[in-house]
Amino acid sequence: MLHSPRVASPSLAVLLFLIHSLQLFAEPPARIGFNDQIRPILSNTCFYCHGPDEKHREADLRLDTAEGAMADLGGYAAIVPGHPEKSALVERITTHDKDEAMPPSKSKKARLSEEQIALLTKWIEQGADYQGHWSFMPLSKGAVPEVKLASWPKNPIDHFILSRLEKAGIPPSMEAGRTTLIRRVSLDLIGLLPSPEEVDAFASDPLPDAYERLVDRLLANPHYGERWGRHWLDQARYADSNGYTVDSDRMMWPYRDWVIKSLNDDVPFDRFTIEQLAGDLLPKPSKSELVATAFHRNTLINEEGGVKPEQFRVEAVIDRVNTTGAVWLGLTVGCAQCHSHKFDPISHREYYEMFAFFNQGEDINNKGATIEIVRGEIFGQPIAAEPAKPPGTEINEGTPVRKPPNETTVWTPAQYLEFDTSTGAGFRLLEDNSLLSDGRGASNDVYRIVAKTGLKQISAIRLRVLTDDSLPHRGPGTASNGNFVLTGFDISVGGEEQPIATAFADHEQANYPISGVLDDNPKTGWAINTGKESKVKMNAPHEALFVLSKPIVVSDKPVEIRLHHDLNQSYLIGRFAIDFSPEESGVPEGLPKPPKVKRENDATSDIAQLMVMKEVEKPRETFLFQRGDFLRPDEKLGPLNPGVIGAVNAAFSTKSARFGNRLDLARWLVSPENPLTPRVTMNRLWMRYFGRGIVETDEDFGSQGSAPTHPELLDWLGSEFIRREWSLKAMHRLIVTSATYRQSSTARPELLEKDPRNLLLARQERVRVEAEIIRDTALSASGLLDERIGGPSVRPPQPDGVYSFTQTARKWTASLGPDRYRRALYTAFYRSAPYPLFTTFDSPDFQSVCTRRARSNTPLQALTLANDQAFFEMAQGLAARLLKELPGESDLISEARLKRALVLCFCRMPSEKELAIVRGYYDGQVAALQNDMAAASALMNKELAASGTPPPVAAALVCAARAILNADAFITRE
Amino acid sequence: MNRAQLSEAERRITHDITRRHFFGRCGVGLGALALNELLAEDGFGNQAIDPARPMEPRAPQFPGKIKNVIFLFMAGGPSQLDLFEDKPKLREFTGQIPPPSLMAGKRFAFLKGNETLLGSNRKFERVGECGITLSELLPHHRQIADEVCWLQGMTTDVFNHGPAKLFMNTGFQVPGRPAMGSWVTYGLGSESRDLPGFVVLQSGPRGPRGGNSLWSSGFLPTSYQGVPFRSGGDAILNLRSPKGITPERERSFYDTVSALNHARLDEVGDPEIMTRINAYEMACRMQTSAPELMEFAKETPETLALYGAEAGKPSFANNCLLARRMVERGVRFVQLYHTDWDHHGDAKNNLSDSIEQRCREVDQASVALVLDLKRRGLLKDTLVIWGGEFGRTPMGENRATVGRDHHVDSFTMWLAGGGVKPGIFGATDELGFGVVENKVHVHDLHATILHLLGFDHEKLTYRFQGRDFRLTDVHGELVKAILA
Repeated sequence: MLHSPRVASPSLAVLLFLIHSLQLFAEPPARIGFNDQIRPILSNTCFYCHGPDEKHREADLRLDTAEGAMADLGGYAAIVPGHPEKSALVERITTHDKDEAMPPSKSKKARLSEEQIALLTKWIEQGADYQGHWSFMPLSKGAVPEVKLASWPKNPIDHFILSRLEKAGIPPSMEAGRTTLIRRVSLDLIGLLPSPEEVDAFASDPLPDAYERLVDRLLANPHYGERWGRHWLDQARYADSNGYTVDSDRMMWPYRDWVIKSLNDDVPFDRFTIEQLAGDLLPKPSKSELVATAFHRNTLINEEGGVKPEQFRVEAVIDRVNTTGAVWLGLTVGCAQCHSHKFDPISHREYYEMFAFFNQGEDINNKGATIEIVRGEIFGQPIAAEPAKPPGTEINEGTPVRKPPNETTVWTPAQYLEFDTSTGAGFRLLEDNSLLSDGRGASNDVYRIVAKTGLKQISAIRLRVLTDDSLPHRGPGTASNGNFVLTGFDISVGGEEQPIATAFADHEQANYPISGVLDDNPKTGWAINTGKESKVKMNAPHEALFVLSKPIVVSDKPVEIRLHHDLNQSYLIGRFAIDFSPEESGVPEGLPKPPKVKRENDATSDIAQLMVMKEVEKPRETFLFQRGDFLRPDEKLGPLNPGVIGAVNAAFSTKSARFGNRLDLARWLVSPENPLTPRVTMNRLWMRYFGRGIVETDEDFGSQGSAPTHPELLDWLGSEFIRREWSLKAMHRLIVTSATYRQSSTARPELLEKDPRNLLLARQERVRVEAEIIRDTALSASGLLDERIGGPSVRPPQPDGVYSFTQTARKWTASLGPDRYRRALYTAFYRSAPYPLFTTFDSPDFQSVCTRRARSNTPLQALTLANDQAFFEMAQGLAARLLKELPGESDLISEARLKRALVLCFCRMPSEKELAIVRGYYDGQVAALQNDMAAASALMNKELAASGTPPPVAAALVCAARAILNADAFITRE
Repeated sequence: MNRAQLSEAERRITHDITRRHFFGRCGVGLGALALNELLAEDGFGNQAIDPARPMEPRAPQFPGKIKNVIFLFMAGGPSQLDLFEDKPKLREFTGQIPPPSLMAGKRFAFLKGNETLLGSNRKFERVGECGITLSELLPHHRQIADEVCWLQGMTTDVFNHGPAKLFMNTGFQVPGRPAMGSWVTYGLGSESRDLPGFVVLQSGPRGPRGGNSLWSSGFLPTSYQGVPFRSGGDAILNLRSPKGITPERERSFYDTVSALNHARLDEVGDPEIMTRINAYEMACRMQTSAPELMEFAKETPETLALYGAEAGKPSFANNCLLARRMVERGVRFVQLYHTDWDHHGDAKNNLSDSIEQRCREVDQASVALVLDLKRRGLLKDTLVIWGGEFGRTPMGENRATVGRDHHVDSFTMWLAGGGVKPGIFGATDELGFGVVENKVHVHDLHATILHLLGFDHEKLTYRFQGRDFRLTDVHGELVKAILA
């Protein structure tokens, strides 16, 4: 649906219409309500200059609090309760004196209307009763309202809905037919279509609780976790790439699997929250709790050359603050990044107190802390492959110390020009021309060394790892036993990468040979541990040689070397030196060579190094950034302690004295006293079922957001959620078994006058399903669906040319096996070049949190459904299914097939008209294709060709299937 | 539901959108009191966006000078000091340490701080009445010396490619905001019934850094997102019918889908179905009109020669010609990306053969586009913008050769077309470090482009996550001095 760009067509009819329909919501009140009537006026007209933002406040007057509005301004006050005639506010909004009038003309805000002035005056007359903003108030525990039509409600939800409808004089709609119901609730709960057999069984189930049993079956179906996991992943801004320009692969799928598993297990929402925000800070965290913290590792990493890591570390922290605010609190805290919020009580300082919670992450625009997860592990069924153990945990000999292949080689020490790491850590240049880590190297850091050689050409590079007293067990590595793992070694001269022919190490730990450096697999590398009885010492100098494919002329050009440590977090090299040799010594036999074919990418690997949260050892100080600029910390104000938003905290009867870390924040968010989390969470649940939340602006529960249409219902749902121990499944069941949910969605012309937007829910809504569900329903209708749950992301076919518009042309090899037909949430998602179907059907680009998707309706969507290869294959699949299920050749069989196709897709018997339309098209295609056998064969796949059906018949069936998959009724939940 | 009821329903929905906006701002229960205020303050004209036809042409807030925009985006950041700005003093001081006063507080992407000044070794000539200094790299540009407005005092805020490109396109450094083309089509719709309103074309060795987010509609409805057209193969993804389906048979496919949708519409009365029927109709037209657009058969050899375009051979020149053909057909916003202007001094991106090659690729066609639009009477309704995401440093950067690093404090762009006064606007200091006269910030450029189209940049807004967003965020000053 579209929002209007500030467009309005003024006409008396509209005005009358508006007034008329508004009366639905506002019964003529004896008493003026502050929150629903006064606050919106003040918020829109006055708060910008007389609101929470102290920096922007005019005349030192604030009107968003009673104290501010009634303060003595020197013999007078803006508001004098009970006395509009003494209130300066009334005078200023009514005066004709241009210099005095409020709002002032320079604010470009319109003068208040007479009605607004009357409201304000009346409210002051009644005592100017300020109330806190509704969403910051504790949940109210009002009684379930009485209704006249007592036979209609199925649970308390319906009392809230029906009582409003009865006040407006609108009867609710009839319950939808059973075929509609089963399609609706299946799409909503598991995102897949029921089979015709399931539809029949439900339609003819004589027991009174047929529907409730259906709901229970669906909630127990493991596809539930996929369907609702997708909604959560939108908020988690989950994707399979790092973002920004380079946008390389990342492996976050274990986190996706964790979400699916947790939802299927109905992990209580408070625990679900705590594990994701602070699983790493729980006492002795389990692996699963660490996986959960990947929620906040879904932030972007900018791998572009020349970026300053600190800048993008700060960007990631800001994103974590804003995401947390949007997901749990439904507040636009991001507004307070640069200045105090203009409309809501969130100060600039409070923003950075929230920031302080997230400012202690160890990652600095890099991979940071990781844990290894194998496919299936999250579901308790790990694949056979053992995850690699950290080096040093096994006792073995490794290789003895060996002599380098050419001992006579003359080595020239490097003249270091620059040395740093991907996260901005540094080194100290020692007198012997070696580099010693300053100890700030982050997990999985990449070292970058730029050096001059003084040589005309180079053909080999020597890396010497050295011991030092400052390292654990004197090193040479930074692991607790002095080990390291070098997983990659790159060298470039004048900006061009130089291929390496071979490498040699004087000693290799078993399973960690030097060849592991040459392949581009981040999970293999060179390490140096030895057995206890070994004659070789680990904690001693060692060396590795790298021979270039051919000698490179360097002259004065700087040589850049990068050392990668991708495998284990703290297994970095501690001290090292680099030397060059100009000699063409020839590549000795028997040394390892890099693999000929580079790995396509890691994203398909069954083993993931999942990025997780980890706190820095030495806490960072947090400063308020002036105007949100990280280069302008407010030193005068001093370092800030972590803290929560005071206006929300006000609802708590007992207030925590001190907040230390993310765990405190998480517990505060899911405290039963938090007024926002249960409301925000229940509102989003509601939104998925009715196309709109009780609060339409689900991401803004502040004073600029829309007011709830059914505030009592929202509070009841919130309280019930807590009472049912934060069980999401219990709340899903409650909502979908309500009479409100079960209503027909058919439009009611008589409601166009009274409630055109269906805010009162006198019927269900028809909604087009989301991008992913379009694919999933087509897969389930065609029978092609591969139902496997979880694992690395997959690549179904996508149109050619998706990468002609990205910096890096990525190779997208479409899966040929069953992965081709996996559900859409497993499709690999690259932030800079998303799978086109998704973007076209409004999926977000996962650059930042998305709590609610748009729902557009465009020609590009039509082209996608009509012509996309993946969809055409599904039409072929559906045709093949029909031929298989209904074999033979006759007019009756043709008719039966078409009917079956419609039943499979719409989950109901087609109308005569629908069947006639499809039949007419099909007959026309059969006739046309009989004269165009080449076209007929082109439309078929192997399976269809092998079916023995005459090609025009099979091909016409593909055409008919394609038309049905393009019907509005197919992609719509009715 | 009968037809009359349906059209009533559609009408309601349209009003409903207006009302929803109203509710979003004011909250339910306020009553109709704020309506007049709202009307007074919006000032955006008086047509509602019909959700069934989001691209229907709409009048701007006030009569605009132009109707269309073609943005020739030189991705990577061309060196203004080797193309448009002759700096004798910089040449004189080549090899010397830059004055510390100019370097204080500056941040660069790659420079280490020990670099020295680098004058251009290109020959420059002062041309036209305006006296712009053009280097030998852009011989064709002399023809338009007095046709265009040379913005020599451009500045931006960001020095990494990805964020800087986002900033130039969306006004924000982080991804997720609407592109300029999305804002423009949101405000104006499009004249074309058969083609998307916002089209993106690409040439050069690779796509622009940042990809999709550069033409994303952000939080605006996806109807306004840029549609990438490829210059080879099928112009739009999924434009071609599956193999074996002829155009006539495709027509009966569309008729069948339409009939099924009409049948459902009669049954359930959901106006959204009507929107879908319209969308399928446009998709059907696009399947014919887009290939026709890409076909150069009707262009004269003289026109092809003017651009240096060759039918069937993807190039920047072909894209410029396509841009003209799109504007002729009513496409509102065409954005061309030509990549690899990032001349740091590496073997493949240097200030010698690399920049020469880039200039050969764009010089003639950029100029041809202006001249061709002009002779066809299209230039008065069209704004052509030429430039990249930032400029390049007066200091040399030492790599395989000496190049230049990213520079945010001054660079050059040019504008041609209706509503813009030709001439030089803005000047930098003698060494090319910063702007000394008539600075134009990216936000100011955005404000000015919107003004030319008939919008007050402060009033073209969209409410998202609790606040009104706009292309210029909370900044931007209209550059009145360059308006014709």
